[in-house]
Amino acid sequence: MELIQQLINGISLGSIYALIALGYTMVYGIVKLINFAHGDVFMVGAFVGFYSITLLDLSFFPALLLTMAVTAIFGVIIERIAYKPLRNATRIAALITAIGVSLLIEYGFIYFRGAQPEAYPSGVLPTEKISILGVSINSQSIFILCTSVVLMIILQFVVHKTKIGKAMRAVSFDAEAAKLMGINVNNTISATFAIGSALAGAAGVIFGTYYSKIEPLMGIIPGLKAFVAAVLGGIGIIPGAMVGGLLLGVVESLVSAAGYSLWRDAVAFIVLILILIFLPSGLFGKNRREKV
Amino acid sequence: MTTNTPLLKVDNAGIQFGGLKAVQGVNVELDRGELVGLIGPNGAGKTTFFNLLTGVYVPTEGSISLNGEKLNKQAPYKITRKGISRTFQNIRLFSELSVIDNVKVAYHSLAKHSIASSIFRVPGHFSGETEMHEKAVEFLKIFNLDRFMNEKAKNLPYGQQRRLEIARALAANPKLLLLDEPAAGMNPQETQELMKLIALIREKFDLTVLLIEHDMALVMGVCDRIYVLDHGQLIAQGTPAEIRNDPKVIEAYLGEEVS
Amino acid sequence: MTILKSAKGFWLSILLSIILFAIIQFLIIGEYLNGFYINTIFFMGINIILAVSLHLIIGITGQFSIGHAGFLAVGAYASAVVSMKLGLPFPLAIIMGGLVAAIAGLVIGIPSLRLKGDYLAIATLGFGEIVRIVFLNIDYVGGASGLQVSHLTTWPWVFVCMMITLLVIRNFTNSTHGRACISIREDETAADAMGINTTYYKVVAFVIGSFFAGIAGSLYAHNFYIIQPSNFGFLKSFDILIYVVLGGLGSMSGAVVAAILLTIISTFLQDFPETRMVIYSILLIVMMIYRPQGLMGTREITSFFKKKKSVEGGPKDDNQHTVA
Repeated sequence: MELIQQLINGISLGSIYALIALGYTMVYGIVKLINFAHGDVFMVGAFVGFYSITLLDLSFFPALLLTMAVTAIFGVIIERIAYKPLRNATRIAALITAIGVSLLIEYGFIYFRGAQPEAYPSGVLPTEKISILGVSINSQSIFILCTSVVLMIILQFVVHKTKIGKAMRAVSFDAEAAKLMGINVNNTISATFAIGSALAGAAGVIFGTYYSKIEPLMGIIPGLKAFVAAVLGGIGIIPGAMVGGLLLGVVESLVSAAGYSLWRDAVAFIVLILILIFLPSGLFGKNRREKV
Repeated sequence: MTTNTPLLKVDNAGIQFGGLKAVQGVNVELDRGELVGLIGPNGAGKTTFFNLLTGVYVPTEGSISLNGEKLNKQAPYKITRKGISRTFQNIRLFSELSVIDNVKVAYHSLAKHSIASSIFRVPGHFSGETEMHEKAVEFLKIFNLDRFMNEKAKNLPYGQQRRLEIARALAANPKLLLLDEPAAGMNPQETQELMKLIALIREKFDLTVLLIEHDMALVMGVCDRIYVLDHGQLIAQGTPAEIRNDPKVIEAYLGEEVS
Repeated sequence: MTILKSAKGFWLSILLSIILFAIIQFLIIGEYLNGFYINTIFFMGINIILAVSLHLIIGITGQFSIGHAGFLAVGAYASAVVSMKLGLPFPLAIIMGGLVAAIAGLVIGIPSLRLKGDYLAIATLGFGEIVRIVFLNIDYVGGASGLQVSHLTTWPWVFVCMMITLLVIRNFTNSTHGRACISIREDETAADAMGINTTYYKVVAFVIGSFFAGIAGSLYAHNFYIIQPSNFGFLKSFDILIYVVLGGLGSMSGAVVAAILLTIISTFLQDFPETRMVIYSILLIVMMIYRPQGLMGTREITSFFKKKKSVEGGPKDDNQHTVA
């Protein structure tokens, strides 16, 4: 029964990774950029959520929606200011810029606000113990899981059923051709950043409600792990990011449960390196070759 | 090897990407000293075939041998050292390196001085580097590129870049030279010069050349024999005159002019 | 002709650096410099070693490694174990730091250098983190609370290690082996097609780079009184990356200049770490947008002094040759 408890913890954690990983994978799919700042959008989301709950006195869902709106705009601003001028630059230049943006958000945030952590108030979501088949489950976990699943379903709908989703898929397949077909590539890229950032913001709020403690550098490690999750599932592939996130969350929880919690952070990176070496296109990816 | 083994023997070679057979069942034999053309419509698999020969792709069927020795699954750099060298359709020079350094890179596998000798600057380093330098200067003179010696490769005019790429491929001392659309993007005058260059290298170096080209005048003008590839399969082979009149070739090129 | 002139240039720069060494040594022995400045100078030397070692991997060979602090950590811990736990002399500790880091570089490089671009970057970042977590979990070296190290680093040691690093990497770069590495940076497929064993040279560059990062680690460890895994997180890796990028990918003197400048900036902003990071990050972003080639591009400082010569002929990037 302990195992099931751990599995549920793992799934909750994994769904947070999955939400962040979606943004990574969508952005990578469309502009081939590892958006290092994505983890910091997650952090900003956690703080926006915190302030909307404590200062604006919002309840969970309005706070979640407000956060998603704010982080979506934030994501678009980052893209327009820092990444757009580099659309045709080398991959390395883009990667370095992304690192720079990430550091700027982290330390700019500390510079203006200070580094002190905050704690989400308890009772944002009901925390009753529900007993299912003899396993007691925190109702919060269920809330979180449902919220993540609903967001992912909405995302699937947006990507597959709407015009903007179609444009996103077209641009990620071949930006030049999409442009010739009359798709506004710039707007599509911005929309991708907006959606990805909104999901990261949502993940931030969920993280805050679940783990309570938030601080300005909290985005680094979950950000990197979410990237690992995206690579695990096959970068650029949306269902891959979901599965990758959940898988990583579960593996980490099991490692902690087995008594190696100090090694927990290493697990993600070991998984990453094994995947990169043995299955570089990820669980769901197709092998792509460089054209010679 | 006995002289009657062909220099290059491609036996039923092919490659499959997922479900797509990009090249299949190709049989090619090249004798020493031949200049052979490889033509075919866009997307016929010509460059893929070059990639098979040079080890960039590993054939999923058949075999490729050079001088009777199988090359299957060898790394590209080993195949180059065994004697197959190439140019690329979209020029791939080392653009930040100088013209002479581009050639020296091709000499690298012949270098006798070790990493340690270079780090500690023992005499072997200097003699090795000097020898390489002198050889490269002489080599560039053949191609009339010595005047650009210290220019960065990226600063050369387009035609000269093509020329340098061919020179670099030759510096690797190949037995078989693969030229992938050397005349692409050239004006008629540059193409004329290229034809002269190809004639020159055949005369100067003991070489077999396989040439992919869209410029039919060039192919028909210089090649001894021609292979025609369409949809990944060989559809014809023969002398330029035979190819010109082959109905299958005309069909494959339907709409395109075979002059 | 050229050989005389350039050899003159070479010995001139050696002479200048010895004079620089003597001046600083004089100022330190005469106690004209306080501890703050001495420490800044030590850091400058250590950061130059780090910058130049990463320059070989990223700037010359084009392999985007962003976990360099991992090798710094391996060198620091290995040397500290040699000097503190085994009680062996400091010079031996320095060398062991380098060697152990080089072995780590070999072990990490062989699997990960098969990856390209972004994937390599993220894998090396992962390795850097794994190294840190491993040290965190080894009780023998103190785990999270760290390892006590005596202060043994002196100016002569910093200077000698820095000069050796600069010379070795310069000599390697200006040889057929260095050209092989540059050809990989420029176009790996073409390098392969020219008969370059690309995997071999990527690993060689990685191992040499790791070796010197380990040497820097030895000096770094013995300059503090304690080393902790938290000193070697990826922020440290980014610091080193910034030297190389700012200086110009492919320019050794650029990396040196950037390391000196940024060491000065960060020393003066020591008490304001956030301000420092804000400045660093804005610098990076603005640089990438407006001058992605860095301060120097791929050029070296020396090329500003001999612009004319390169037109006349002679290999300009190996000035030890005669022209035939």
